Amino acid sequence: MVAVGQMNDAPRRRRLRISNSVTTYRVVALVLLFALWEIAGASGLFFRGVIPSTVLIAQAFVRLFGDPAFYTHFGITLFEIVVGFVIGSSLGVVVGLALGINRYTGEVFEPMLNYLASTPKVVFLPILLILFGIGVGSKISLGAISCFFPMALSVAAGVRTINPMFLRVGQSLNLSFGHRIRNIYIPALLPPIATGLRLGFGIATVGCLMSEIKLSNHGLGYAAMQAYNRFDIPTMLALLLIIFTLAGLGNYLIGRFVRLPGPTNRRTTVLPPR
Amino acid sequence: MPTWLIRPEPIYARFLFLGVLLLVWEFASLAGLMSRFIVPPPSEIFPTISVLFSDYDLTGSFLRTFGETFAAAGLGALGGILGGWWLHHNRVAGAAYTDWMAAIAAAPLVLLFPLFLVIFGRNAATIIAMGTVASLPPVVLKTKEGLDNVRGVLVDVGRTFGLTRWQQVKMIMFPASLPTIFTGLRLGLVFALINVVGVEYLIGFGGMGLLIADLGDRFEIAGMYAAICFVILTSICFFYLTEKLETWLLSAR
Repeated sequence: MVAVGQMNDAPRRRRLRISNSVTTYRVVALVLLFALWEIAGASGLFFRGVIPSTVLIAQAFVRLFGDPAFYTHFGITLFEIVVGFVIGSSLGVVVGLALGINRYTGEVFEPMLNYLASTPKVVFLPILLILFGIGVGSKISLGAISCFFPMALSVAAGVRTINPMFLRVGQSLNLSFGHRIRNIYIPALLPPIATGLRLGFGIATVGCLMSEIKLSNHGLGYAAMQAYNRFDIPTMLALLLIIFTLAGLGNYLIGRFVRLPGPTNRRTTVLPPR
Repeated sequence: MPTWLIRPEPIYARFLFLGVLLLVWEFASLAGLMSRFIVPPPSEIFPTISVLFSDYDLTGSFLRTFGETFAAAGLGALGGILGGWWLHHNRVAGAAYTDWMAAIAAAPLVLLFPLFLVIFGRNAATIIAMGTVASLPPVVLKTKEGLDNVRGVLVDVGRTFGLTRWQQVKMIMFPASLPTIFTGLRLGLVFALINVVGVEYLIGFGGMGLLIADLGDRFEIAGMYAAICFVILTSICFFYLTEKLETWLLSAR
């Protein structure tokens, strides 16, 4: 009995040992990163102040959180990202559906979308600045353009993996086009939509922030560039860390919010574990 | 009406669509439906491409961007393949850092450019460093994925034949994981191009990005549109060539 108990315990103990090692590796990496940063800052290899101490960065965080202007910048950036993201991803879903449902339309337009998706979107910023000015319009539009492509391509690819049986059932039940979209396509497309949303949010953040950095008078990107121009590196780094946290948090929340259903209505099936 | 006219081949339909789009753009701009100062007609944009070559050294700008992108993607590929190999080889490191690498890949890394700017200064090193940072994570992740998914039976056959560890890597592991690794390299190249042009545009230094920023600042709108078209064409060529290279590599494997 003891021997059987020990045998059952062995994989658990091995998992625990690996889990402990993983934690050790992660802690070591963080400590190394911290130490390297401090050593690089104090080494004199870089210009004075280029790599500030983490204490100075922490103080900059405290200063920022106590400054009402920071919240204005934060609010504007958040507004631009969210509106750009909503517009771009909504259009992406519509276009993706159109390309995926009609095979011929997909064959004609999808390669063009693929090619444009790999183009640096920031090159469109001068046109958007002329069209919408330096206000929030140009930032929102670049964010929308940026997140449109991953969403459209993800949805178009997703439509083609829908189990054809569901489409035939829809036809047999004589469902209208609107009903088919609502009751078959959208539920089946939740996983690719979730992928598109997660990819799109990060890219929309980059689009909005890049336009703020290039030409703006508000937003976190503008504030970071102002800090850079004053050579206030701790504040600039604190703002960059806030931007990264915002992007990470958005990605995490989308992942949590879009609960993925099982792949029951898709062509690919996953066998349950034995 | 014949079928080829109602539903032409996709490639012809694509060109037809582009032609109609350009015609509508031309007439809308000429008829005053769109401001010619904001959206100049294609007949004004395309002739300026030759001006860009003669007066703005478009070839030099293209070669500079091309060189920076390949330097960044090359460094990213080297570091990424080594990193991916290490994460595959060391299982604990793989379990510890793969999620981190995925988070880094999804992070807006291009926004780190002010940090690189203060470290390296306003020069090509900053641009190449930014491109490398962006191209590294997809190569690491795809290399690890490719090596992890090599069929165990292939490795066992290698062992049976008494291959050394290096021979196993050279003759079994890398050829078997090549398709996935190449997908990572292709993603890395695209990410490097996006970041290189983006940083060039933002810091006003380098090749194509600087050219677009320069023309935009001077309000040479037709030239700016022509330069943007050129960047789009360049990325299309990159995408197309890497796609063809991938197909060729897979068939030659």
